[in-house]
Amino acid sequence: MNEPIIRVENLRTGFGDFVLHESVSFEVGKGEVFAILGGSGCGKTVLLKNMIGLYTPLAGRALIAGKDIARASATERLEILKRIGVMYQLGALFGSMTLAENIRLPLEEYTELPDEAMELVARMKLELVQLQGAEGLVPAEISGGMMKRAAIARAMALDPDIVFLDEPSGGLDPITSAELDQLILRLRESLGITFVVITHELPSIFTIADRCIMLDKEAKGIIAEGKPADLRDHSPNPRVRQFFNRKAEPEAVAA
Amino acid sequence: MAAALALQPEAGGFATIALSGRLDAYSVGPLWAEAHAALRANPRARVVVDCSRVDYCDGAGVALLVDLLRQARPAGAEVEVRGLAERFRKLLDQFDPKALAAGGPALAPRPPFLERVGRAGARLYDDLYALVAFLGEASAALAYAVRHPRGIRWGDALRIAEEAGVNALPIVALIGFLMGVILAFQSAVAMKPFGAELFVANLLSLALLRELGPLMTAILLAGRSGAAFAAEIGTMKVNQEVDALTTMGLDPVRFLVVTRVLAATAMTVPLVVFADLIGLIGGALVMLTFDIPLLAYYKQAVSFTQVGDFVGGLAKSVVFGLLIAGVGCLRGLQTETGAAAVGISATSAVVSGIVLIVFVDGIFAVLFFYLDI
Repeated sequence: MNEPIIRVENLRTGFGDFVLHESVSFEVGKGEVFAILGGSGCGKTVLLKNMIGLYTPLAGRALIAGKDIARASATERLEILKRIGVMYQLGALFGSMTLAENIRLPLEEYTELPDEAMELVARMKLELVQLQGAEGLVPAEISGGMMKRAAIARAMALDPDIVFLDEPSGGLDPITSAELDQLILRLRESLGITFVVITHELPSIFTIADRCIMLDKEAKGIIAEGKPADLRDHSPNPRVRQFFNRKAEPEAVAA
Repeated sequence: MAAALALQPEAGGFATIALSGRLDAYSVGPLWAEAHAALRANPRARVVVDCSRVDYCDGAGVALLVDLLRQARPAGAEVEVRGLAERFRKLLDQFDPKALAAGGPALAPRPPFLERVGRAGARLYDDLYALVAFLGEASAALAYAVRHPRGIRWGDALRIAEEAGVNALPIVALIGFLMGVILAFQSAVAMKPFGAELFVANLLSLALLRELGPLMTAILLAGRSGAAFAAEIGTMKVNQEVDALTTMGLDPVRFLVVTRVLAATAMTVPLVVFADLIGLIGGALVMLTFDIPLLAYYKQAVSFTQVGDFVGGLAKSVVFGLLIAGVGCLRGLQTETGAAAVGISATSAVVSGIVLIVFVDGIFAVLFFYLDI
């Protein structure tokens, strides 16, 4: 692993008295594709939102490039935020703007690119996710899968160092999903972008993820950490093997 | 290292634009115009973009290169990118500059005047049609509900009645009181020279009971509950909750509209009575400062107004309540997709509600005149 760019230390997450994760610690190296796995309801998205400063941790801290976003001053916070891009589970595209305008928004706010340059960048980002020709459509006019891809394009508008993707391939067809995996690997290779991906797609996990952690609801924390293939074959925890091998819950009474 | 650009004049058959440093979204902005100027300075010569000293080139940097490559140039004066590190080359090779040359998708031209008028007319027609259709549908659902009162979701209706009625009491009291005070004070000042301050009681009771009480309450209701209904149902529409109701076999009009219309209409009457009362009390307090005792004010008001004035005002308010709740729900159901659409629906609910109030109030004025109420 390269030098860590994200460091999560003894993070406790939850809401008020309700604790979702007791104490979570892990590191993500620069240029790594890191997957957060786990069954539904184990708090993957909550963990992500704690990492990017949308929720304040109950205890512990999450450092991005050495800075604690939850306790950073306003200017520091903005500096961190400019280095990350986030794709939300439901897309979260701005409904009143076209796809091109959605991508242009951060460019308009943070860069001095001339108008034609922003237009071109927006078109190129959309082309990367196979949405060429859809620049002028508004989110209401496109399908759920297109919405996800447009959201990924927007997350990468400023070519951030770290991109957080919350279930990028959910709802995508297998071809688009595989192309998305290739895109992630290409960007990691050429620009050294770090990806933190929440996903359930086993083929995608094995293709892109260098390392992963697996969260569990009962354990209130991480139950496995390592390379996906290792965990599949050698994890001592049957639940982890079950997840990676896509097996249903075993019968309560074993034969 | 910061991004930089240097133009080397034509030599050996080509001019060179040398890019260097870190090309990213923050640094290429200033270079963009320079690069184009360099291209224009060499209209007939081949141009080589030398990227051998570029140490970082992300999407924005690639966009700059694509933009240079996609320019239409005469034969023999092509643009060529050289020396770009392999890892960035891969990013550039994803794009076909010529395909990106053909401008963005063309915007639809603004239609001619006549077409716009026609479209506006058609929209108005559609809107009126929807209004009438909705009126029929809602009336049928209401009639059904009256015949089958057990089918109404009373729990929902009570919750809505609390929100639209009870929680509106403070603002209705505030506006009612203010209106009574202002009306009493201004007319008392005007009547004082004639020694006719006592007759302010007539003016106040007549105006409040017949017109201002119902009207002000209705406008407040349109702003509070009409908008709330449109926003709530609109959000349900956006979240496909309305679709879910439909596929469960539950008619959205019966399920969402009937409860709201019943609850809001039922609440309008007590709210108007409350507004009337508070307005009259406000007026009475002002009259005290003009040396008219409470009892005199009360007797004057009671002897002058008739039951018809009061009941007429209440009858109007029932119709107002029906219209405000109905149009709020209609706008909610008409919501298209997206967050902005919910805002448009809420706005439209308030505006249509107030327009309808004014319109119906006019009809009632004519009606009462001929019926001599």
